[in-house]
Amino acid sequence: MSIMENMGVVLALLGAVIAALAAGIGSSIGVGMTGEAAAGVVTEDPSKFSKVLVLQLLPGTQGIYGLLIGFITLTQIGIMGGSADISLIKGILYFVACLPMAFVGYKSAIRQARASVASISLVAKRPDQFGKAMIFPAMVETYAILALLISILSIFGINSLAV
Amino acid sequence: MAENQYLYQVARIRTKELSLLSADFFEQLLAAPDDESCIRLLREKGWEGGQEDWEEMLSRERSKTWEFMKELLGDTSVFNVFLYGNDYSNLKAAVKSCKHPAGLFNLYLQQGTVPPETMQKALLENRFEDLPERMRQPAKEAQRVILQTGDGQLCDVLIDRAALDAIYKAGKASKDPFLMLYAEITVACADIKIAVRSMRTGKDGDFLSRALSPCASLDLERLSQAAAEGQEEMIRYLDGTEYHEGAAMIRQSLSAFERWCDNLLMRRIRPQLYNAFGLGPLAAYILARENEIKSVRIVLSGKRNHLPEQWIRERVRETYV
Repeated sequence: MSIMENMGVVLALLGAVIAALAAGIGSSIGVGMTGEAAAGVVTEDPSKFSKVLVLQLLPGTQGIYGLLIGFITLTQIGIMGGSADISLIKGILYFVACLPMAFVGYKSAIRQARASVASISLVAKRPDQFGKAMIFPAMVETYAILALLISILSIFGINSLAV
Repeated sequence: MAENQYLYQVARIRTKELSLLSADFFEQLLAAPDDESCIRLLREKGWEGGQEDWEEMLSRERSKTWEFMKELLGDTSVFNVFLYGNDYSNLKAAVKSCKHPAGLFNLYLQQGTVPPETMQKALLENRFEDLPERMRQPAKEAQRVILQTGDGQLCDVLIDRAALDAIYKAGKASKDPFLMLYAEITVACADIKIAVRSMRTGKDGDFLSRALSPCASLDLERLSQAAAEGQEEMIRYLDGTEYHEGAAMIRQSLSAFERWCDNLLMRRIRPQLYNAFGLGPLAAYILARENEIKSVRIVLSGKRNHLPEQWIRERVRETYV
């Protein structure tokens, strides 16, 4: 069995790994940034812990989406069980299908973290505005969800293609 | 990524900003019948000391700010530019102590980057190498002037000019937009004040060329020329600069212009209230604290001397929050 004969599954696996890796890195940077800001607020006022914790966790979702895409791809290409006999074309398609989550996941996690840090500042001064403060970083989540959707739809669609 | 370094510090500053004195609080201070009532109100706000001497209370508040910054940053040298004014004020006292060796120690300000004792020892023993490099030359020159001519005013002019040059240079060297803005406003406002004072006291162009410090927002040649030609010419020149609003204040009085300068700084730094990243919010907090301490001093001295409320109100600075 040469590597060229298995290039399809190699590419598909690479796509799954990149999705989990990039989105995970973005989320860890993001949660780290918001964690610093949250710790600053709690140092001065421990009663705000629960509010800033929610804001801290928001950029963590991209990592979960990346994991989800990676997991679905692994089950579709037979790595988690079944046949891993994937054509080169299908492998390329799986690889491409994982890219939206990888790129958007990485970038949106960091941008969402910046919005969350700003919202943590808002909560530090006006805790009564917590609801509104949640909305600003949550808006960035929209684009991570759109990328997740397109990656999921693509991965499930590829399976039924006769290529 | 550099601006992401201060996320924790800025978040703590955001909470601390809640305890800054607001315009409403200053209204309460102004409405208080005497300085003792003001001190009571300040104590309710968490200000400490002041039982015997309210200067001690203000000094304690200033120390609290710098201790807090030290706790946040460890090394506060990035904000040394804010302390240069105190350093050079201490240098003046140290230079004058060469002529009057006894009895000047109570003139030293404690918050500075060089300990007053080091400064005094360096001047008395001619050990200029103990001073930071930026202070050596002005210290030598000022000492020569005071010992040879006894001209205290010229000595002050030399040191004030050196202070402004040092502030401007430090602001530029920091490459931080906030510190650059601070340096520009500080030097430009000081130059305008010097020009106005010299215009009113009839000083010549030679004096101005020695006293004024270059900055980007003012053309010193035109400023000197305008000062030589009188107040209207000065106002006409300033009308064409970013300090045009302050020009009208010069007509009122120099103290009105000084108040305008402090207010201008507060207005320019106020956007930092909404900035969650970088050094700007930290620097703005230091300046906001300095500003409120200055305003509290004005209110307390006004109340102690039974000055009319209107007189005090006209001198109280705008607040940051």
